[in-house]
Amino acid sequence: MYLSLVQPSRTTARRASQPEKPAAPQTHAVFRGRALPWLLLFPSLLVLAIFSYYPAMRTLRLSVFRSNLIIGNEQFVGPANFAELLSSPVYQQVALQTLVFVTLVVTLGLLCALGLAWLASKPIAGAKFYRLMLIYPYALSPAIAGTLWLFLFNPEVGPVNAVLGHLFGLQPRWLDNPLLAFGLVVLAAVWKGLGYNIVFYLAAIQNVPAEITEAAEIDGATPWQGFWWVVFPLLSPMTFFLLFTNIVSALFDSFGLVDILTRGGPVYGRAGITTFLMYQLYQDGFRNFKTGAAAAQAALLLLLVVAIVLMQFRYGNRKVHYGA
Amino acid sequence: MLIVASPLIFALIKATQSSAQVTGPSLLPGLNVLANIRAAWEGAGLGHYMVNSAVVAVCVTVGKTVLSLLAALAFVYFRFPLKGLLFALVLFTLMLPTELLIVSLFDVVSGSLHWGNSYAAIIVPFIASATGVLLFRQHFMNIPASLSDAARIDGAGPLTFLGRILIPMSWNTIGALAVIQFVSAWDQYLWPLVIMQTDSKQVIQVGLSKLIDVEGQSNWGAVMAGAILAILPPVAVFTLLQEQFSKGFALGQDK
Repeated sequence: MYLSLVQPSRTTARRASQPEKPAAPQTHAVFRGRALPWLLLFPSLLVLAIFSYYPAMRTLRLSVFRSNLIIGNEQFVGPANFAELLSSPVYQQVALQTLVFVTLVVTLGLLCALGLAWLASKPIAGAKFYRLMLIYPYALSPAIAGTLWLFLFNPEVGPVNAVLGHLFGLQPRWLDNPLLAFGLVVLAAVWKGLGYNIVFYLAAIQNVPAEITEAAEIDGATPWQGFWWVVFPLLSPMTFFLLFTNIVSALFDSFGLVDILTRGGPVYGRAGITTFLMYQLYQDGFRNFKTGAAAAQAALLLLLVVAIVLMQFRYGNRKVHYGA
Repeated sequence: MLIVASPLIFALIKATQSSAQVTGPSLLPGLNVLANIRAAWEGAGLGHYMVNSAVVAVCVTVGKTVLSLLAALAFVYFRFPLKGLLFALVLFTLMLPTELLIVSLFDVVSGSLHWGNSYAAIIVPFIASATGVLLFRQHFMNIPASLSDAARIDGAGPLTFLGRILIPMSWNTIGALAVIQFVSAWDQYLWPLVIMQTDSKQVIQVGLSKLIDVEGQSNWGAVMAGAILAILPPVAVFTLLQEQFSKGFALGQDK
């Protein structure tokens, strides 16, 4: 969510402002005063310093100590926390599960959202209503999505098993079977993200000039060809942006979903099958009180986020089509 | 379309059924919606959690908007040393989501500041916003410089300029930002879960999950009613500010 809206606004604003852009930003700097700009910035900087930078530094520092918040002792161990983590079979399994989870959620999520946004962009009766309905799930939180799915797939009293039992005599125990539980969390995460992704895809599709799609139609392209060869490439900046925001939200926002739906379980191999990196960090930090291990995990995740954001900035501006 | 909406439709239907119907296969709406809401609102204290969430989300949204406006004003309309560096520092916090910092942030807020029992713990850490600063800065930079020149020549100070000219010109951006900030503040789960020690000050996202802690004993009709209630405020904000949301992000311009 944090990274969310920066990229498209940047691109759309830039596109909108390009024609009359020779006015460099410097020409805006008109007001005088030495102390005033600092005074204006002070509240923001203070909050960011205390609640972002200081904890970030502390996290990095904690990651090279073995400490226990409860007992309150601390011992410098250098890179031992990292070595332990990376060689731990549990952490390796959790990392692998996270990779599979993120890949599935992002791929399925973007494909579904693109399809639905494409359908909703058609000039059909009631399109405005459909669009509004599709956008609303954006307001849905991971925790509430988890609550809804927990009830839906409750083996004894949930509506899904009631229907399955009625029709086929099937009563799968969704949350006890590792494969089913994993699939369920993936689907719930995809579903939760649909609203957000559709908002942006819909906007991008509506910005595709009508002349282009009409030209394709006149040249004899089928609707599918028109979509795949003409519209989809024009949407690539949006796809690229959503790819990164979805990766980040699958890494972090899925916590509420997992915590309510499965609590990281059921156990498969050496760890709970739905224990992902963020859930593991929470477990070690606040349940097992292994502060050093949790800080080291946070440091590794920080590296991952920095890498993702750097890639977004590096490739986001070059390899994709940004429209005219 | 129906498949996408089905979990919500299920929840809506089940929220209206009596406890006997809720656990059965019946998909007919019942008449128990008020009883379920009452069970959730009073019996489980959900009303309390909702008010807490509303206070937190409004404070965070207002705080973020005000602080971002002030910071963007400084970044666009002033020249001062270290401006580039400070802007980079603000930008970089985009890479530091709360979830990542949670262990140390817990130390700071609970240990050093002793805020474990206070609303401040779930408000103050979030009232600065890199996204807000970026969006307002972008928006201000697209406002013709002649306006600020004119304001200065007329003798208006920067704060007058902000109040009289910039803010009235920024309602779409403010509205759009308010939507995403309200929604993300309302949807907070992990941070209130670990930091808030006083149950009476807990937020709805965590409060709702307490309703279902007793395995098998949950009053699912009430839980579904609670879930629907918890979705309503962000939906209301979204509906109210939908126009600004689309315009503020330059989304959905048909032409």
